Amino acid sequence: MTLETGRKELRLYVIGFALAATLTAVPFAVVASGTVPRDVSGWVIALCALLQAMVHFRYFLHIDFSRQKREDLQLVLFSVLLLAIMAGGTIWVLANLSARMMP
Amino acid sequence: MTQDAPRHPGLNLGRHHPEAHAENEKLMFGFWVFLMSDLILFGIVFATYASLTNPMGQAGGPTPRDVFSLTSAAMQTAILLLSSFTFGLASLALKYRQPSLRAWLAVTLLLGLAFLGLELRDLVQMVADGAVPQRSGWLSAFWVLVPLHGLHVAAGCLWLAVMLVQVTLFGLTTQVSTRLARLSLFWHFLDVVWIGVFSVVYLGGLA
Amino acid sequence: MYIALAFVMMARAIAEAAVMRLQQALALDGGFLSEAHYAELFSTHGTIMIFFVAMPFVTGLINIVVPLQIGARDVSFPLLNSISLALTAVGAALMMVSLVIGDFSTGGWTGYPPYTGIVFSPGEGPDYWIWAITLSSVGTTLTGINFAVTIYKERAPGMSFMRMPMFTWTALCSAILMIFALPPITAACVMLALDRYLDFHFFTSDLGGNMMNFANLFWLFGHPEVYLLILPAFGVFSEVIATFSGKRLYGYASLVAATMCIAVLSFTVWVHHFFTMGGSPYLNAVFGAATMTIAIPTGVKIYDWMATMYRGRIRLTVPMVYALGFMMLFVIGGLTGIQLANPTISYQVHNTLFLVAHFHNMLVPGVLFGMLAGYTYWFPKVFGFRLEDRWGYVAAYGWILGFMLVFFPLYVVGLLGMTRRTYDYTTAAFQPWMIVSAVGAGVVLFAFAALVIQLVRSIQGRSALADTTGDPWDGRSLEWSIPSPPPAWNFAVLPEVKDRDDFTRQKEGGAAWNPAAQYDDVELPRNRAVGVIVFLTGTLLGFALVWHVWWMAAAMLAMIVALVIWIGFQGISTETVSAARVYSVDCDFLARKRAALGKSAASGVNTVDPVGRARA
Repeated sequence: MTLETGRKELRLYVIGFALAATLTAVPFAVVASGTVPRDVSGWVIALCALLQAMVHFRYFLHIDFSRQKREDLQLVLFSVLLLAIMAGGTIWVLANLSARMMP
Repeated sequence: MTQDAPRHPGLNLGRHHPEAHAENEKLMFGFWVFLMSDLILFGIVFATYASLTNPMGQAGGPTPRDVFSLTSAAMQTAILLLSSFTFGLASLALKYRQPSLRAWLAVTLLLGLAFLGLELRDLVQMVADGAVPQRSGWLSAFWVLVPLHGLHVAAGCLWLAVMLVQVTLFGLTTQVSTRLARLSLFWHFLDVVWIGVFSVVYLGGLA
Repeated sequence: MYIALAFVMMARAIAEAAVMRLQQALALDGGFLSEAHYAELFSTHGTIMIFFVAMPFVTGLINIVVPLQIGARDVSFPLLNSISLALTAVGAALMMVSLVIGDFSTGGWTGYPPYTGIVFSPGEGPDYWIWAITLSSVGTTLTGINFAVTIYKERAPGMSFMRMPMFTWTALCSAILMIFALPPITAACVMLALDRYLDFHFFTSDLGGNMMNFANLFWLFGHPEVYLLILPAFGVFSEVIATFSGKRLYGYASLVAATMCIAVLSFTVWVHHFFTMGGSPYLNAVFGAATMTIAIPTGVKIYDWMATMYRGRIRLTVPMVYALGFMMLFVIGGLTGIQLANPTISYQVHNTLFLVAHFHNMLVPGVLFGMLAGYTYWFPKVFGFRLEDRWGYVAAYGWILGFMLVFFPLYVVGLLGMTRRTYDYTTAAFQPWMIVSAVGAGVVLFAFAALVIQLVRSIQGRSALADTTGDPWDGRSLEWSIPSPPPAWNFAVLPEVKDRDDFTRQKEGGAAWNPAAQYDDVELPRNRAVGVIVFLTGTLLGFALVWHVWWMAAAMLAMIVALVIWIGFQGISTETVSAARVYSVDCDFLARKRAALGKSAASGVNTVDPVGRARA
């Protein structure tokens, strides 16, 4: 049993690694090719980064929807909410200011 | 709940470490909270960086295209991702008390050092090119954001080295195992932050 | 410890405030202070009051009360706790050193660049400000983590979230704010330090710096900060009002929801501190509306407290006087807050004394009265004797009266257009108001003296004021079920919680103060010198950074790293208290308790007799 669960867990790490590597390679390839228009590549980068962060949380940090992890999942989601408010707000406020300061 | 049921996210020590398994719950939760606080710190610096990445912030000085190398960024990314994977293998070795634990930790440490070496090389190159933090607001932000992550990695490397000594000296006591479990959270967390760094700083700057 | 620190710092800051009011009373065409001296005064007053009076007071109260309320032996990480205290003390020590060696900042408690940048403030003043705040803010973040984990993981069996006492709820929200709101100030201070020391360009006015980002980061921290302070005060009032009305807290669930709402909303309103930055009307309107929204949960709380008092058996004790003063004055402060939340009004009164009156109106009746009420309320629990009543009433009424005299005139002169932080003025119409305000400052000074006299007289008469029952007020939550002062292990046996006001349930059911069926060994952490070492190295580090003594700064940093590694190689050191010892101490307490109850019943003295009253 121990060996079997061990192997299963090993497989999860391998899957996580493969997914993360793919999600890294795609945006790097997009930028390196230099042929993709800037606004499209921006979206690709953002989407891949978001997905990869989720992959890391799921496969390396073992956060999922099971009951025992509910508290920590809530913690992470709450932090991400505050992060969005604070970082997003900062960018919004300062962009708004610099737009109004343009001559 | 059986003993093997995971009690918290991150590495669960399980039946091979019965005492550490229970004790760990509180420590791991506390460490998660700390990481989230750290996440906000990084978020603030990211937001500052983003708000200075424009012609006004660059103040006529160098731009991302002048100073960044996509190849170097890709190499650093690959090394750090690989180190996350090797730490995962170390975690499994810890959980099942396999002798390969120290080897995997050592490999992770070497990868971390390699990452720092590459980053340092880039920074030295930037200084040589005149892209110093005193040149513009944007460069100031860069010189805080990337070295801040680098400092975290350096701290992680120091921690890893200390843990290697402790594993050798004390064996896998409760304290040592729970510390390794927290170190693994820290290491994987730094890799998550690095996703932000390479996406925003390098890819965003060069796209 | 935290609270002692807070009182010492409060003495200094109140004295400074009195000097400032006197200056302004005499300041028509110049008073007795120089401009720079006045600027230093308002900067230290603000910094001390927020960071080294209010924060340590709140932290200290939470530290003492929360483990007792949730039925825990201690906070989760005692060692971390002593390190946090040390870091807070480092900040306070730096403030005090600045009094003697060199000058403090003249940039106000907010320390806005570019004024605090190297170009306009080349001296050591802002450096003192930066390091005092940075080091103590790290300590506060660690404290927050400690409290959050304690409340999440150390609750006694049976205490679900909805059975936690209200003060513990507000402490949890405060801890959350500490964890998430402190990083911005740490980041902003370090960036400002880099600007000053290494010529970076975060907030400079040349080479792409953006000074408004400092205001932005500062208030990202600053606004949650004021809620971090006020929420525990709300918690104290909830406990005090319920206890002294002899009733269960009205609308518990709505109070919990309101507290959570305030905690989250506090992160969404920071721009109202700089509406005049020049953001678009749309931006200002969004943040103005968000600000007004906070009035809703706060209003819910006020109504809940009134409903708790309604048809209760009110005992007008000293904490209750503070609570009543708070409820009336705080509403006035809240109303002016809603006025200020309107960007168009904010433009008119920006940087006037109207604003100064408003935030003192929130912080003095809110935070300060709350902390003083909590101090009076929990004092017997910590020291084993009550505070003397007469000087307590004098202090309480003195604070209320003095507050009104000081700050209501400031509303008027603020509307007349008097700006804040001015050391002199030329409009004769301001002066009468300024004189009233200075008289009020005298009253406040007297009220503070009354607090000191009260403490001295209480210590002198401590045998007469002794609290042998552990329950001097007929309390409702678990902390009153154990001896005062509590033994090192707090609870002889961890209680089994079945109700929100669990101690009242026990008393009513006759289950209070029964010996437990079984006692176990208790493990306690040993005292360690780590806190002291951190304090010394931290203070030297801050001092070295302020005065650019690089070798010392490097040595201290290296020492801190070495210390952390050294701790890692020590085992966890605990000592075990045997079950027999716990048992005998508990039996002693219960015997004293029974004797005290019997005596008061026999002599018919009108002391609080919880058991008799509950049964009647």
